[in-house]
Amino acid sequence: MGLSKEHLLARLKELQIDFSQYDHPVVLTVEAQAKYVGHLGGGLSKNLFLKDKKSRFYIVSALADTKVDLKVLSVRLGLGKGGLRMAPEESLGEILQVPLGCVTPLSLVNESACNVSLLLDQKFKSQEFCFFHPLSNDMSISLTTNGLDKFLKSIKRDPSYVDLEANPSVGKDQPPDLASLVPSSSVVLADPPETAASSKDCTENTVSVGNKSTKMSTSKPSINAKKAQDKPANITDVGKMVDDLLDSTSLLVLKEITEENIKEHGEELGELLSKKIKNQLAAELHNTIMIFKNTAYTEGFHAGMHCHPKRS
Amino acid sequence: MKHKQLLDLDSQENQNIGAMEIKENGEEEQQIVNPWKVEAKEGGKIDYDKLIDQFGCQRINQSLVKRVRRLTSRAPHVFLRRDIFFAHRDFNEILDAYERGEKFYLYTGRGPSSEALHLGHLIPFMFTKYLQDAFKVPLVIQLTDDEKCMWKNLTVEESQRLARENAKDIIACGFDITRTFIFSDFDYVGGAFYKNMVKVGKCVTYNKVVGIFGFTGEDHIGKVSFPPVQAVPSFPSSFPHLFSGQDNLRCLIPCAIDQDPYFRMTRDVAPRIGYHKPALIESLFFPALQGETGKMSASDPNSAIYVTDSAKDIKSKINKFAFSGGQDTIEKHRELGADLEVDIPYKYLKFFLDDDIELAYIGKEYGAGRMLTGEVKQRLIQVLTEIVERHRRARAAVTDEMVDAFMAVRPLPNMFD
Repeated sequence: MGLSKEHLLARLKELQIDFSQYDHPVVLTVEAQAKYVGHLGGGLSKNLFLKDKKSRFYIVSALADTKVDLKVLSVRLGLGKGGLRMAPEESLGEILQVPLGCVTPLSLVNESACNVSLLLDQKFKSQEFCFFHPLSNDMSISLTTNGLDKFLKSIKRDPSYVDLEANPSVGKDQPPDLASLVPSSSVVLADPPETAASSKDCTENTVSVGNKSTKMSTSKPSINAKKAQDKPANITDVGKMVDDLLDSTSLLVLKEITEENIKEHGEELGELLSKKIKNQLAAELHNTIMIFKNTAYTEGFHAGMHCHPKRS
Repeated sequence: MKHKQLLDLDSQENQNIGAMEIKENGEEEQQIVNPWKVEAKEGGKIDYDKLIDQFGCQRINQSLVKRVRRLTSRAPHVFLRRDIFFAHRDFNEILDAYERGEKFYLYTGRGPSSEALHLGHLIPFMFTKYLQDAFKVPLVIQLTDDEKCMWKNLTVEESQRLARENAKDIIACGFDITRTFIFSDFDYVGGAFYKNMVKVGKCVTYNKVVGIFGFTGEDHIGKVSFPPVQAVPSFPSSFPHLFSGQDNLRCLIPCAIDQDPYFRMTRDVAPRIGYHKPALIESLFFPALQGETGKMSASDPNSAIYVTDSAKDIKSKINKFAFSGGQDTIEKHRELGADLEVDIPYKYLKFFLDDDIELAYIGKEYGAGRMLTGEVKQRLIQVLTEIVERHRRARAAVTDEMVDAFMAVRPLPNMFD
């Protein structure tokens, strides 16, 4: 089920992002959260998970007292009036892989959320630090906007700060000012592309139902990077392929090395992990590399067909 | 299930061909299975045991599957483990030769009648890819654009266009370009290929072809002279740029069992013109979403999952149309369990869920009524969505140049490596 809270925190530490963590009982609302961390200064965030009519998803993360008007936002995004509504509950689990009441910009670390757009409240910048849930509602962490930006950049996202309370007029001569924040493709698979080059959707992690053979999680990371255009140049880019490959493997390894698993398997963890990597990644790897092979051959073939005879 | 002892293969098959054909196309047998029509007996499902008997091919048993595992040093494909590719002709001979160090080549094909491919269409290709990888052998893929031009009354240009479009989906199944030759009949027929067509044609009387394929006096001569086109890719001499000097090379044809009539005819002719009989390995039909009464149909979009379906479409089709073997009420279901014989989600999982342990678990729990149809459908939706998404990603990487390269008449120097 997506990245765990522990892994996220480990990741933040790895990136040398300063944060403080506060455990508390599970909270589902900002009011409840305020009871535990409201006295610590900084700003609490309220986070909305939204969906438009074309099944594109957005996280709007704002200071608790910023007024967010969905109708205004909808027009500013170029979705027309009433184009935005709260996303259905199931999509929280499916796309962000967080429980109810736990929407957080940090959930974009999950592959399944690669096409979710993020709108951050400009007013975060005026705060010393802000509180977010680290993928679980039994904890809040405080982050500065610099820290948050650093994290977002590490998952290849551009932090976009917006004046959420502004209400500029939108018309013929004033295009919607937030139109660039609309995702380029919907999370649901897009229509088949006309040409080979198109932006691809990322796959959702699969969770096996009732698999009792091992306690380890069985979700599969996908190898293709999220926003890759599948042009031949990209496919045969060796550096990129190696990076994607190693990323997926690392992700899998990091996911599986948890305190729980170490306790359970001890020294055997290495061997088990190695088997798991082979099982889960073999098929994906095979497909990706076959595509690579065929593309490289085709380029060579094409070159051969258009080759000028040797000048003698 | 009685097994035919095919000691005297030739004469038995020859005898069977005439008698069988009248039966399957005429009034006596009630189920109809031929390349253009698949229909079960009224209200029932296809009786595969009867079909094997009728056609005279053999069942693939577990010892054969074990043999494949031993020879290829890898797990046999899901379709073999689960009796989806369930019948064969001479597959043992292919394996005997392989063990002796004699290679073979694969031959499969598609009639490009529509742009929309569904999962049922992909099945022979998925299996063929496995065979190519496991045995490290070359493959020829025939696109019978001429056949569709004739039978579906398409223009020549349209059928050629569809052939190229279908080629892209076929390539997306992951075939190795260094060992695969794709050709369309309109492009390739001629030369050595045509010479073999004439040789085959000379060996099959008009009456015989009418008997096998059910042609009538009203059918045009294009149709009547088509069968040799589908027969001759079984002979290596049809591909001089690939197999010249290897007239002894054997051929293995993975296909759905409705194609058997073409290859019965071919096997009958082969020894007469000095060639090895092609071996066959045949699959069941992939059932339509609505249930096991026939093949999926490209003309009914809700009978199948298409490779162009979005995740939403897949979810909606499975939830709405997949025929459930579960009981009407939860109480009844918990008491009686699901009827796995007719349940489509479970059957589909048999095809596409790789994990044997998980499938067995689902079968047990669902059959006992502890698992509900909704859960099985949900798992199926995940599995299918992953497959379709993977296919789409691969398909997006197929350019026109790649199709040209796969279809170029070029040598394949490393095809057996």
